[in-house]
Amino acid sequence: MEFFLQQTVNGLTLGSVYALIALGYSMVYGVLKFLNFAHGEVYMFGAFAGYGVLTVLGGPSALIVPVWLAITLMFVAAMAVASGIGVALERFAYRPLRKASRLAPLISAIGASFFLQAAALLLFTANSRSYDAPSLIPIESGLTLGPINVWLVRILVIVTAFVLMILLTWWVKSSRVGKAVRAVSFDTEAAAMMGVDVDRVIVATFLIGSALAGVGGVMVGLVFGRIFHLMGFIAGLKAFTAAVVGGIGSIPGAMLGGLLIGFAEAYTTSYISSTFQNLIVFGLLIVFLLVRPSGFLGRPELAKV
Amino acid sequence: MSHIGVDRWVEESGDRQEHHTGWTAPARRLFDKVRPGWRLAIFIALVSIYPLLVSQAGVRIGITVLVLAMLALGLNIVVGWAGLLDLGYVAFYGFGAYFYAVVSSDQLPAHWPTWVSIPVVVAATALLGALLSLPSRRLVGDYLAIMTLFFAQVFVEIVRNYSRLPGVETDITGGPNGITGVDPLSLFGFQFNTFSRNFYLLVALLALLIVSLHHINDSRTGRAWRALREDTLAAEHMTTPVNRLKMLAFAVGAAIAGLSGAIFAAVQVGVFPNNFLLVFLITVYAALILGGLGSIPGAIIGAIAVAFTPEILRSPGAAGWLFYIGVLALLLVVLKQRARLAAVIAGVVAFGYVFRMVALGIWDETILGTANDTLTGGILDGWLLILGEHQDVVTNYAFVLVIVGVLGVIVTKGWWRVAIFVPTIYLAVFVWENKLALQPSVTRQLLFGGVLMVMMAVRPQGLLGTRRVEIT
Amino acid sequence: MTPILEIKGLHKAFGGLNVVRDLDLVVNTGEVVSVIGPNGAGKTTLFNMISGIYEPDDGDILLDGASIVGFSPEQISNLGVARTFQTLRVFLNMTVRENVMAATYGATKTRMWQSALRTPAARREEDEVRRRAEEKLAFFGDRLMGYRWDQPAYSLSYANRRRLEIARAMATNPRLLMLDEPAAGMNPVETHEITGLIGRLREEAGYSILVIEHDMHVVEGISDRVIALDHGVKIAEGAFGDVAEDPAVIEAYLGYGAATK
Repeated sequence: MEFFLQQTVNGLTLGSVYALIALGYSMVYGVLKFLNFAHGEVYMFGAFAGYGVLTVLGGPSALIVPVWLAITLMFVAAMAVASGIGVALERFAYRPLRKASRLAPLISAIGASFFLQAAALLLFTANSRSYDAPSLIPIESGLTLGPINVWLVRILVIVTAFVLMILLTWWVKSSRVGKAVRAVSFDTEAAAMMGVDVDRVIVATFLIGSALAGVGGVMVGLVFGRIFHLMGFIAGLKAFTAAVVGGIGSIPGAMLGGLLIGFAEAYTTSYISSTFQNLIVFGLLIVFLLVRPSGFLGRPELAKV
Repeated sequence: MSHIGVDRWVEESGDRQEHHTGWTAPARRLFDKVRPGWRLAIFIALVSIYPLLVSQAGVRIGITVLVLAMLALGLNIVVGWAGLLDLGYVAFYGFGAYFYAVVSSDQLPAHWPTWVSIPVVVAATALLGALLSLPSRRLVGDYLAIMTLFFAQVFVEIVRNYSRLPGVETDITGGPNGITGVDPLSLFGFQFNTFSRNFYLLVALLALLIVSLHHINDSRTGRAWRALREDTLAAEHMTTPVNRLKMLAFAVGAAIAGLSGAIFAAVQVGVFPNNFLLVFLITVYAALILGGLGSIPGAIIGAIAVAFTPEILRSPGAAGWLFYIGVLALLLVVLKQRARLAAVIAGVVAFGYVFRMVALGIWDETILGTANDTLTGGILDGWLLILGEHQDVVTNYAFVLVIVGVLGVIVTKGWWRVAIFVPTIYLAVFVWENKLALQPSVTRQLLFGGVLMVMMAVRPQGLLGTRRVEIT
Repeated sequence: MTPILEIKGLHKAFGGLNVVRDLDLVVNTGEVVSVIGPNGAGKTTLFNMISGIYEPDDGDILLDGASIVGFSPEQISNLGVARTFQTLRVFLNMTVRENVMAATYGATKTRMWQSALRTPAARREEDEVRRRAEEKLAFFGDRLMGYRWDQPAYSLSYANRRRLEIARAMATNPRLLMLDEPAAGMNPVETHEITGLIGRLREEAGYSILVIEHDMHVVEGISDRVIALDHGVKIAEGAFGDVAEDPAVIEAYLGYGAATK
């Protein structure tokens, strides 16, 4: 029982991260009907940005500022770097292709993903870095919930993720830009005719989606320790699976999907074997794409002939 | 027959033809003048002389080019003609290679004769392609792309980690270590166990493939594929069995990849999981996109360019030429006024000296490193700052600044553009000499990724493709 | 008069919206039947059900007495039904001739390997296909002839693209031709030409034709029978004169109470 609860917490933690990354995929797909393959790399750069800040602030054992401030700065830096890259991608790699064929943006995105991985390799080399989180936030400091001890780090991750998701949901529902995002994802032309600045909405979407992914990157560093230049690729694929399973284009769907994939991975790794975890996730994706491409909460596409 | 309905405008401009524009125009006009049959003959002649002019290592590289050309042609069927974005194509290549290796080595052990193994491998890969096409009935565009991408991942996972069938002892795929000691191809007792022999075999196969594909493109099947890409729904209403054709495209593309894979395995005398990673898929795509989606000669030219690039990057002298000529060409294309061009060059020179002085002022002479043995090693000594210490940090910042600078150049115009160009070009040279020239594999990756992005934005039809009109 | 197309009790709803309700319709061999009605009346949905894009929720569609419900568009096109599209869907990046040649796929049998080797049989069939395509294109006079054959379809004017779409549909050798707003976007001269063209399609080529049209001049000029739809329901049927003066039809177009004014 204790083991199960522990794995549930693991799943929740993983799921929160996947949800954050999946949101970026879903939102961009919602407004542009386009899958941003390079999203995973944005997440990866966020992780490294956080690491950079951590190092500048003295590293996990010799911080020159209080821990909570360090972590906040790491998040902020990650959000800044990630959204910077995301917005640049939109402006330079994708915007010129909005009127082009279906294939063109996809190919550009694959190229961008590849390019960013190479840039990371150049800047950071193939060596992985470690957040050394236990020095930052000691393992002993945790909450005891019933039979299990939950590390503070994981609580931090889960709570932050949920807060961000709640903020996002509120923002999309109530704020002007948020409503514009929903309008554009429903019908771009009509939204434009209603006076919505579609370009700005798209930039906002990329900005927020990338920022969330950047936060996810720092979280992964905090919880799992190691970050490396290829981490964006696999995480990206899994987060994409989460977005599809939950319903691509749907924000609550991305959150739901992220949690599902997180749980699937946690339980598979612990109860079956870790070598199977990737295959299970891939398998889920294939099943969903074939059986219910619109996922749990997505809208099935109806095209007018 | 051609007199019926010829109106006066047509009579006066009857031979009006689409003509090429842009800086590639003279080359393209010449290209068009020569008939396809002759073009192929010239190509084969030139290619056949190649092994006589280069070393064994050169022939090996030539084989890489030819294999890549075959793969590009196969991918062209799926993506360029049928319009199906298959990001898992490299898995067919890998499947063909592994299948051949498994039946032609001590792995099982099995040593099938070539006249058995090759047809079986090709057929099996075609079947796999047909199977993978099944999702394409319901998925289009992005979804199909992701699905195929996953399939490629799954393939590598299986080959690397699941080399044994459950319950069975024998290791089929060799796991992370791959399979070695693969037999060379042999027909009628003639063994293809030298690079040259395999080279000519590939030339023959490639020629056959080119001719076949050329004919197919202008035939019922080719038209049906292209109609499928243009407008699947309309094609379906015009008696075209779209699902069957998707399957056919996948199967034929896969078969070509499988054949290429088998030959690759025979030449490399082994197969390893790392031969079939996403990196290689990007390489094939870069070749096809660069050359021109949908164009057979384009695929060949693209493959030649892309396959030789890593070799050029690896040899410092040649790499330097490539880089500096590239930069110069870029400047010539972007800056049309001579005044601005001169300003940029002058600015770069001045900036270089200033940069060097500042660096030497902050630190001292000890930070200087030795210039590499590149083209510029001697010429630019004294101007360009080569760092010994702090190299990584400064170069990293410079790299980021170069990227920002390039983006800045794109959005600005006029003299602002000139102003941003100056530090960007200098820093680019700086980063090149200090880091990129020394790390050819990373540079290649940057280049290919960049090629895909830039081509799509600037010239989506590639070098030899034709501009398409899309229904938005 | 034998019916080539019979529709009985056709019903289709999207979500909660009934788009076609209890529709009966007959096209007899050699007839030109026009379907009119305000936008949203369900006309194109009707076409989409006949051509196999949607399956009706209820009712039957009979081609020569045999049901074609549940068949794919490809199967239906092979059975002799060809259509054009309201939004105009020619193969833009293929040449004019290739557009029409592509539609002969179902009637030809050259396999891919035969094409690759350019066997004599392949070459013969290719020549035949080419000839047939040029023959269909010749139907349109000087518009789609000569050098135009090798031009990409995107270089054609709008009206020529509409003609090309009809030529392409003709190349499937249909017995029933369904034209979805063939005169849409055309100026009066072109509209007049289309009217003549549809007449010739019936007389010279012998097709049975089902047309959706908004332009009443065209409808008047071509129709043996007119059927008016509104909100998915048939509200009138008969000769053009009768339907045009039917109060229900006038109300559908001009609003409630317009018929009595």
